[in-house]
Amino acid sequence: MSPSHRDRALGWVLRATAALVAAIVVLIVAFLVVESAGVLRKLGPLRFLTDPSWHPTSGSFDLTAMLLGSLLVTVGAVVLATPAGVASALFCRYYAPAPLAKLYGRMIEVLAGIPSVIYGMWGLMVLVPLIGKWQPPGPSLLAAVLILTLMILPTIALFSDAALAKVPDRYVRGAAALGLTRWATLRGVVLPAARSGLFTGVLLGMGRAIGETMAVLMVCGNVVQTPGSLFDPIRPLTANIALEMGYALGDHRSALFVSGLVLMGMVVVLVGTAELVSRGRLHG
Amino acid sequence: MMNTRHWMALAIVAVLVAAMVVACSRGDSENRLVVTGSSTVAPLVSVIAKRYEAKHPGVRIDVQMGGSSRGLADARRGLADIGMMSRGLKAGENDVEAVAIARDGICLIVHKDNPVEGLTDEQLVAIYKGEIANWKDVGGADAPITVVNKAEGRSTLELFVAHFDLENPQIKAHVVVGDNEQGIQTVAGNPNSIGYVSIGTAEYDATHGVAIKLLAVGGVTPSVENVKLGKFPLSRPLNLVTAGETTPLADDFIAFARSQAVHDLVEKQYFVPIAP
Repeated sequence: MSPSHRDRALGWVLRATAALVAAIVVLIVAFLVVESAGVLRKLGPLRFLTDPSWHPTSGSFDLTAMLLGSLLVTVGAVVLATPAGVASALFCRYYAPAPLAKLYGRMIEVLAGIPSVIYGMWGLMVLVPLIGKWQPPGPSLLAAVLILTLMILPTIALFSDAALAKVPDRYVRGAAALGLTRWATLRGVVLPAARSGLFTGVLLGMGRAIGETMAVLMVCGNVVQTPGSLFDPIRPLTANIALEMGYALGDHRSALFVSGLVLMGMVVVLVGTAELVSRGRLHG
Repeated sequence: MMNTRHWMALAIVAVLVAAMVVACSRGDSENRLVVTGSSTVAPLVSVIAKRYEAKHPGVRIDVQMGGSSRGLADARRGLADIGMMSRGLKAGENDVEAVAIARDGICLIVHKDNPVEGLTDEQLVAIYKGEIANWKDVGGADAPITVVNKAEGRSTLELFVAHFDLENPQIKAHVVVGDNEQGIQTVAGNPNSIGYVSIGTAEYDATHGVAIKLLAVGGVTPSVENVKLGKFPLSRPLNLVTAGETTPLADDFIAFARSQAVHDLVEKQYFVPIAP
């Protein structure tokens, strides 16, 4: 094959792969819509927001408490993990001595690779009893937030590190020439320059937090309610689907697909907002 | 040169994958059984299936978990040859045939350090409704009760609420769990909690160092022995269900699962064998 042929072939292979990925997203959404259409038509979408509670086998389908649960754990984890992740990347790149930075970087990578069920087991055996001793019952919004924070911290740290690495060296040298202190350089020059990369890291962390199921299910208590405090148990939408899917039939099953659809909608809204925010910030 | 070789390798891999897919989907259906359903019954059926496969070379039995409702639905729709259910058939489910292979009880468990030894039915109902919220009201320490409930759709939950004449929306739970093991871990990790699980699993874990204690129900000590004698009030059959025409292999496997030859397996899982 001549180079130009090869190029053309590669172009088609790449187009086909891209089309495949796009088709998968469309198919998943279509599948969710089809599976939930029955119950949506039968009960109407409003029932999922106005019913008194979530007791699908007794014909009550309220999703708002679980929607709130998903939002709270995600926001909580992102709020805690973002400063910690960025700080860890700053430490690694600008403060730690080279051998320590290398070791630390590897450890963060290992942390990122730990399967979520391991975090869940640790949470169930160690964290939950600890919280339980302090503020019973133990499985709670707080436990879920802490576990999720641990899980998305490495994601945010690794992306922040990559973003910091991309800041041109001359910026830092220029700042040094101006006589700025290390902290002033970081705050005034490096962080603003790395903003879009840092933002991507936070966004990916947030995506992982929303979608995380197993670890959260093991520590959040799974009670469907609007939490009154950090120590109340909650149930996010993902945990709801995982807990009940294998056991659900008829309307109950379709209602779980509706919660999947809602979850998907939530991700779309978040990605959309993030896109808007980043556009405003980065190009404004 | 290199390029052609890459394409060749890719083509070979593609052909292999295709061949594997065809081989898997072709599987000899006459020597294959699919069994799906209850997560309480599945571990038992898995070991029975292993013994059956060892006796009948060439036979393959796939056991998949997914809850009693799924076992019933799969058997009805023909997705499974046999469904597993950890409850009896309800009215309106007479279209399938159920064969019990063992019995199991459901018992209440608390943390090992809890001084309470037993509860009356009224106390238990009040605890699950949130009317009694402190252990000192039922003879325990001064500590808030953590009520552990099961997620919707599980047959353990259905049997529990039916026995105590409760409706699930009335239950004020502090923790909701999925399977038995998660329930036991939750209770073992919280000294003030109460939950209910399969006696088989609870008795096994309690005798293997897990920090839980089995509570008496209606004055009857929860034990496999009492389930066997029919004394224990909260018990249920573990059923294999089939719908319509069954294959000779399915019939033979069900007969084997009921026979003396597997009683040791049933007892090893802390269930009660059904006398043939």
